[in-house]
Amino acid sequence: MSPAPILRLDGLRVAFDHPRGRVRAVDDVSFSLLPGERFGLAGESGSGKSTLALSILRMIKPPGHIEAGVVRFLGSPVGDLDDEGARALRLAGIALVPQGSMNSLNPVSRIGRQITDAFADHGLRLGREERKCRIADLLAQVGLPANVARMYPHELSGGMKQRACIAIAICLRPKVIVADEPTSALDVVVQRQVMATLARVQRDIGAAVILIGHDLGLMAQFVDRLAIMYAGRLVEVAPIGEIISRPRHPYTRALIAALPLLQQRGALSGIPGLAPSLHELPSGCAFHPRCDLAVERCRGERPAVRETEGAAVACHLA
Amino acid sequence: MPPLIEAVDISKRFAGGLGREATLALAGLSLTIDVAAPRVTAIVGESGSGKTTLARLLLGLTDPSGGEVRYRGTDLRQLARAERVQFRRNVQAVFQDPYGVYNPFYRVDHVLWTPVRRFRLARTAAAARELVERALQAVGLRPEEILGRFPHQLSGGQRQRVMVARALLLRPKLIVADEPVSMVDASLRATILGSLRRLTDEHGISVLYITHDLATPYQVSDSILVLYRAHVVEAGAAQPIVTAPQHPYTRLLTSSIPRAEVTRDWLTAEDTNRRVSNAADATGCCFADRCPEVEAACLAALPGLYHTEPRRAVACVQYRRHPALPADNLDKVLLV
Repeated sequence: MSPAPILRLDGLRVAFDHPRGRVRAVDDVSFSLLPGERFGLAGESGSGKSTLALSILRMIKPPGHIEAGVVRFLGSPVGDLDDEGARALRLAGIALVPQGSMNSLNPVSRIGRQITDAFADHGLRLGREERKCRIADLLAQVGLPANVARMYPHELSGGMKQRACIAIAICLRPKVIVADEPTSALDVVVQRQVMATLARVQRDIGAAVILIGHDLGLMAQFVDRLAIMYAGRLVEVAPIGEIISRPRHPYTRALIAALPLLQQRGALSGIPGLAPSLHELPSGCAFHPRCDLAVERCRGERPAVRETEGAAVACHLA
Repeated sequence: MPPLIEAVDISKRFAGGLGREATLALAGLSLTIDVAAPRVTAIVGESGSGKTTLARLLLGLTDPSGGEVRYRGTDLRQLARAERVQFRRNVQAVFQDPYGVYNPFYRVDHVLWTPVRRFRLARTAAAARELVERALQAVGLRPEEILGRFPHQLSGGQRQRVMVARALLLRPKLIVADEPVSMVDASLRATILGSLRRLTDEHGISVLYITHDLATPYQVSDSILVLYRAHVVEAGAAQPIVTAPQHPYTRLLTSSIPRAEVTRDWLTAEDTNRRVSNAADATGCCFADRCPEVEAACLAALPGLYHTEPRRAVACVQYRRHPALPADNLDKVLLV
């Protein structure tokens, strides 16, 4: 028997009320995350990845709201928590490394102070010496020298700021780390170092990771299982090896084809057309206007997610 | 006719403030871009390598500390008014940040109509509209979805492509594109780079493509120039540089690309090659403090360029048995 999932989403639907009508940024999303698992969530900008991340942390703000579905953390619905409970859950249970998190550090506060704030916010009162010790440990864990605690964010490079954000995220040893495009602003060499740090830290504290991004190369090297999101829905979920070697959904195939390969030159091809506007989603399968395999059925009927040999796919043709 | 753009031993040093050392952003670099042989040249390097400084020097947005940039044989700083207008028309820029280049109070049309008006590209309003629509279509945008909108109503990728379309309107001879795809996702990246490549193939426009990764230049560029902390470390034909890099830094760059493959070895190399010091030492190789293959000779003097292959030059002492390539002869390995 497989272990009980640490996080489970069932039919989650997040809607935003807009003057032009209600839009669903996340529509009928279900998946479960196992303890210690690295789970990837990939899709184009606007596909709902970040909204999904925020809804897991109960951080959707009006006009957005959870329309249906449940997020369960360790079996109990996150939606049932009061505001205090939700605050306690964040960081201690589920920690977020936000998108562009290098800009999410407080520019007028030293790194050590920002970690102390996180402790204090969760009612952890530490003596001066112990606090210093914990901060030095945390910084060492993410590969930063102890003197970084005395520095301001502008004194750090992009990669160091990103590591500082990871240090804050893991300071209360969360069970789940949600990393929203943690390396999108970094160059390749630093990206690899930061991702290696995240992988090691995650193993050390035994947390599961949800990695959000659009680079399937990065996903291939980091996650165990990958979900592909399109227009708010999961269109394919499978172990990473399966997705890379045998993508089933045409959209997944197009995403892989859009990667610059080092084996073939001049084979760069983008996905034709534009991602649909959530105000006017195409009928049937939302991907059909851009899909070169689309048949009549794709226009009329929305494909349900079906399980096939360990992978889940939402396509009539898969 | 003298070449379109000629950079002669250009360097840039930023003066330090109180108690801070001056920073060398670019050490003597010579480069020629001629209209006779349109090509895509990629300038690759990490943050702080000097690649954006190089772009700003070639665009005449910053004056070099040493050397000069010439347009049709004349130093940019000495261009007469009419020549300057010509230069501004023939050399176009696409900047890194597709959010910062728009004035949020104007519709997107503004950035497209302004060049049409300023350079008198069309006689009638109808002709102007057709020109703008054709430029938008050339980068894969539907004019009816773009015109009349405000910048915040477009996605990052759309905004970036509008900037490419704007550059295209003027039928320039050269487009300097500074990280044109760093803010867009992978699938759009392919579309935008495809449209840049077509500019060269179909319209004979040269492109200087500035980026921090090696995977996309491999796909779209003819030659690559790798910069590291102000110095050229490797330059030459695109394909061999990516598939068989010779400089240890280029090797680090190629091995850092996360590959969409089932074999996973990417995460194993943590924290090796971390930059140790920030001080730009006057002596020694600029990469010595991170180089896994460092030897005594690396610390003694800055290595010159070695001509390792007909179309490749490498600044590393490992290749000292090859003939030296004078720094002002870089075009020899960059030209197709």
